[in-house]
Amino acid sequence: MTLSTASGFQEQPHTADWALEVWAPDLIGLLQHAARGMYGLMQARLQAAPRETYRFEIAAPDRETLLVMFLAELLYFTQRDDVGFDQFDLIYADERLTVEVEGAPIEALAKEIKAVTFHNLAVRETARGLEATIVFDV
Amino acid sequence: MVSINILKQISDYEWEIPQETRGDMRVPVRLFATRELLEAAFDDKSIEQAMNAATLPGLVGRVIVMPDMHQGYGFPIGGVAATRYPDGVISPGAIGYDINCGVRLLGSTIEYEAVKSQLGDLATALNQYCPSGVGSEGAVRLNESELNQVCEVGSKWAQMKGYATEQDLRRTEEGGCLAGADPTQVSKRAKERGRSQLGTLGAGNHFIEVDVVDRVYAEDAAQVMGLHQGCLVVQIHCGSRGFGHQICTDYVQEFQGAVKRYKISLPDRELVCAPLNSPEGQSYLAAMRCAANFAFANRQILAHAARQAFETVLAGRIRNWQLHQVYDITHNMGKIETHDIDGEPVKVCVHRKGATRAFGPGAPELPEEYRSIGQPVLVPGSMGTASWVLAGTEESMQRSFGSSCHGAGRVMSRHQAKREVRGETLRHDLETQGIHVRAGSLPGLAEEAPQAYKNVDAVVETVAGAGIARLVARLKPVAVIKG
Repeated sequence: MTLSTASGFQEQPHTADWALEVWAPDLIGLLQHAARGMYGLMQARLQAAPRETYRFEIAAPDRETLLVMFLAELLYFTQRDDVGFDQFDLIYADERLTVEVEGAPIEALAKEIKAVTFHNLAVRETARGLEATIVFDV
Repeated sequence: MVSINILKQISDYEWEIPQETRGDMRVPVRLFATRELLEAAFDDKSIEQAMNAATLPGLVGRVIVMPDMHQGYGFPIGGVAATRYPDGVISPGAIGYDINCGVRLLGSTIEYEAVKSQLGDLATALNQYCPSGVGSEGAVRLNESELNQVCEVGSKWAQMKGYATEQDLRRTEEGGCLAGADPTQVSKRAKERGRSQLGTLGAGNHFIEVDVVDRVYAEDAAQVMGLHQGCLVVQIHCGSRGFGHQICTDYVQEFQGAVKRYKISLPDRELVCAPLNSPEGQSYLAAMRCAANFAFANRQILAHAARQAFETVLAGRIRNWQLHQVYDITHNMGKIETHDIDGEPVKVCVHRKGATRAFGPGAPELPEEYRSIGQPVLVPGSMGTASWVLAGTEESMQRSFGSSCHGAGRVMSRHQAKREVRGETLRHDLETQGIHVRAGSLPGLAEEAPQAYKNVDAVVETVAGAGIARLVARLKPVAVIKG
């Protein structure tokens, strides 16, 4: 699924697992679309209410680690609390990401993601901003 | 870009990528495959990933790749790599997120023809007794102290609770308990995820399958294993659930720093590793063993549930409805073993990811009744195709670190399978073939369609032809339960 030409995500072929190509003009956009893509792959359907807010911080030495840790954190909350997220307010400063995400209890989840991997992960600067392809273990 | 031209053919079933092929390879790569399977392997990145695996520090012998190879993340599925103990490395990514994903086989003397009309009820009962699906939770809920016990003693915990027999444990790899597990090395998060998931199948490619023994190839071994032509068997395929996934996630993140501290350079960050004798390596080893023991207990409780399902449907209808354990093997694990390297016994850490231990006759690690025939090797096929029971050989000890293949191996992405196969049509086709299907998700069923996998018979022909396993029996599915 492509949200817009300036930013978006798209599933890429992978024999056993899932690969998700994500692009956005900046790092915040990349993280937001990676999260939306991850929930898209899981085919997560959220209940209308109650809305729930989670806040956390991540410190990471590089953009790839930040991306993996951010998605892994969301995945952990999803699996622990049966909650999915659809709003992502992020602030990145001094190698630290401040996260406020909003979502709701999961009504249906078609697929399970076991983990977010570092496999061949590189956040690349391209003509359309930043791009990365994330491989999920399923 | 790698091509088939870089490979040296050793025999009809063996190929080698010389160490000199790439400057950063520390050992050669040995592939077990027919030409056809090998050519298919070049359609994805499994060969390139095998060459990447050959760059791990402290490797001995060769990196081995099985004929069911396919692209994974970092390390190929179907890969085996041994590192020298204690100064070689251990790599969580070379074991996988589903630590101790494995297969259990239960045998019986239940004749297929005698219970054919009850198979639908049996499939329904198995589906009811064995929780499955995304985020499934089991009937067994553990407090922290109980979870720590499961981590430390594995299947023995299930035995203490009345879910296992002495024979079950004896016929489980490592007796269902890896020594050296330390729950203090497991994060709070992993424990939170593990507490409610014991005794659950999960989703994805995990399944419970009722099969009939279609053909026996080695009467001696089949006799000892209790496999009888025309009788039912049950396969259980699953692993350590969210508990193991979280442990691997934690350590792959932690090891990103470890490789810098130990000045290890790798072609893929998912291959991160630490020396076995480092604090980081020891910590992961202890945590990984907890997940391994969790998975042994998980399959044991599912086996207990399968027995309950059989009792519910068949007790009173036939005399012997019992299921006995044939064997339980792991195909995602790192284990300290001793192997002959250039004629010398060397202690190594064998990483098997999508590869099965296949110890030959005489191995002291095997239960007494299997020492004369070799270790049972369980090779599930895809739904609607055959599965196989093999036995380890002396050759496997010499040429593949006592390892063999683990399944059919995927050839088609999940996305493509869903595009090409409709779950409902597949279920109808399988039912038409006499295979009862209980599936939590039809798109999930489509992803696991037989056409998404290699021909398991060709995979098995390769390992048998190469001599690293011998054929014992072929199984044909009659009921499939999927999350």
